[in-house]
Amino acid sequence: MEFLVITGVKLALILFIFMTALAYLQWVERKVIAHVQVRMGPSRVGPHGLLQPLADVIKLITKEGVLPPHVNKFYYLAAPFFAVFMALISISIIPFGTDITIPAMTIGGTTFGPYRTMMELADINVGILLVLALSSMGVYGIALAGWSSNNKYALLGGLRSSAQMISYELPLSLAIAAPLLTAGSLSLRTIADTQQGFYLGFIPHWAIFQFPAPQIFSFIIFMIAAFAETNRIPFDLPEAENELVAGFHVEYSSMSFAAFFMAEYANMVTVCSVATLLFLGGWHPLFPASLGSNFIAPLLLAGCGAVCLYHGLHPARPFDRYTLPAFAVIFFGLAGLMAFPPTVPILMPIFWFLAKLLFLLFLFVWIRATLPRFRYDQLMGFAWKFLFPVALVNLLITGFLVALAS
Amino acid sequence: MDPLFFLLFAFITVACGVNVVLQKHPISSALSLVAVMASLAVLYLLLGAEFLAMAQMIVYAGAIMVLFVFVIMLLNAGTEATRGRSWTATIFGIPAILILIGALAYFMQTGMPQLGSVKFGDFRGGGAYQVGYALFTEYLLPFEVTSVLILIAIVGAIVLARKELD
Repeated sequence: MEFLVITGVKLALILFIFMTALAYLQWVERKVIAHVQVRMGPSRVGPHGLLQPLADVIKLITKEGVLPPHVNKFYYLAAPFFAVFMALISISIIPFGTDITIPAMTIGGTTFGPYRTMMELADINVGILLVLALSSMGVYGIALAGWSSNNKYALLGGLRSSAQMISYELPLSLAIAAPLLTAGSLSLRTIADTQQGFYLGFIPHWAIFQFPAPQIFSFIIFMIAAFAETNRIPFDLPEAENELVAGFHVEYSSMSFAAFFMAEYANMVTVCSVATLLFLGGWHPLFPASLGSNFIAPLLLAGCGAVCLYHGLHPARPFDRYTLPAFAVIFFGLAGLMAFPPTVPILMPIFWFLAKLLFLLFLFVWIRATLPRFRYDQLMGFAWKFLFPVALVNLLITGFLVALAS
Repeated sequence: MDPLFFLLFAFITVACGVNVVLQKHPISSALSLVAVMASLAVLYLLLGAEFLAMAQMIVYAGAIMVLFVFVIMLLNAGTEATRGRSWTATIFGIPAILILIGALAYFMQTGMPQLGSVKFGDFRGGGAYQVGYALFTEYLLPFEVTSVLILIAIVGAIVLARKELD
């Protein structure tokens, strides 16, 4: 009973936060790309376009869902749900932080707790393999969408996507295998926990710096393959708009169109979380608490609050006088929470995990704003002739070094 | 809880297996086969072989069946044309299948009556450690021979494809 209640609460929280985060990831992407290209980006709906995701969602829900007459109805309708289902389910095994202990409390004579629970929904001892399995099942959503649309552009997009995802899964798996040799476990929580501690008191024990075999090359290979797995620029051949109109989702509209976007962003978050856990030490900080790593978060948030307050006092637009001080209060409140001793052990791991996750997500957006798209034969040649052999050699060297050290 | 899950997923496995044959369209058949692979993975999980379950999902449901679907989509295979069913096949086929299934069930029940967690040869448990340890100690020779066999198959496939291209 207790287990069911706790799991239900965690499920609702994670789902709510994750869905909101996906909507705002779209906003972040549009805003970052706009600033890279010296534009403003969304700025009409709410301050700095902050309510734009809400407007987008309302627009997508209320739009008419067109069912073209020439499609294979069952697969056409099932494909977006399949894609989004496989993308959302893998977030349930990503640990965002360490355990939480809720102290015992008495309400109306009955004592509840103390409860102790993990941040993720389930700690599976083959967690990393489950992520791989779900990502390889996600291909079906895109492939079926392309095929059932009964449209040459969509079919080409679906075919490209399945070929690309199978090809890049090999370097991806090999890049994952190398840090597993040093971690010695398949559970995401255990992998992150093996990266605790510091060399010489300040170099973190993360897999990319770790002693017998630093995994920096695995990390780079993993990130390149991850871009291809999530169909992002420079590997977004399945939806290349100058060749294929919009690729596999050309016949989709309304919510089923939104489902593919949700799946893409959810896959991005999953892949970045896995990179964080495998290579960047999960929730372990960049430098030890003795050097003051616990003060980074409150200082950062207080700085944001101060900037908001300053601009609220010198408003550029009439509404800034009211909205920006409100944001300043929220930021100062968060900074206070981050500095409040009882909540520090819970919030600090979440802060460090989110910081690394957001940095990697920013990398995705940054690269989308700067790099052009590959040609299709170059894409395949790169995977099979360069990335795959490099990943193999990297795995061999890692294995050799680990064997020498043990 | 376990028997319930077993019954559920065993039913799904068999139903999807039958569906592979019944479906007219190749894509539907291939996807039913994916469902068979996935529910087999759940059965492995119920037996305590979590590593094998995930390998089943990644290799069979994820990679091999994607290639199947890929080829079917590439050839744009349409719905099968059905010919008239032969009456002899219906009359003799169904009893023959029932007898075959009955015989298999009987021999499995008498031959290996002990059901428990998964067991391969001498070692028990299907975790990554147990599978790896058994593969690289006791079963090293069969493992390497299989690798060479697969290598030969890959080289053969490339040679055949080359001839086709020239």
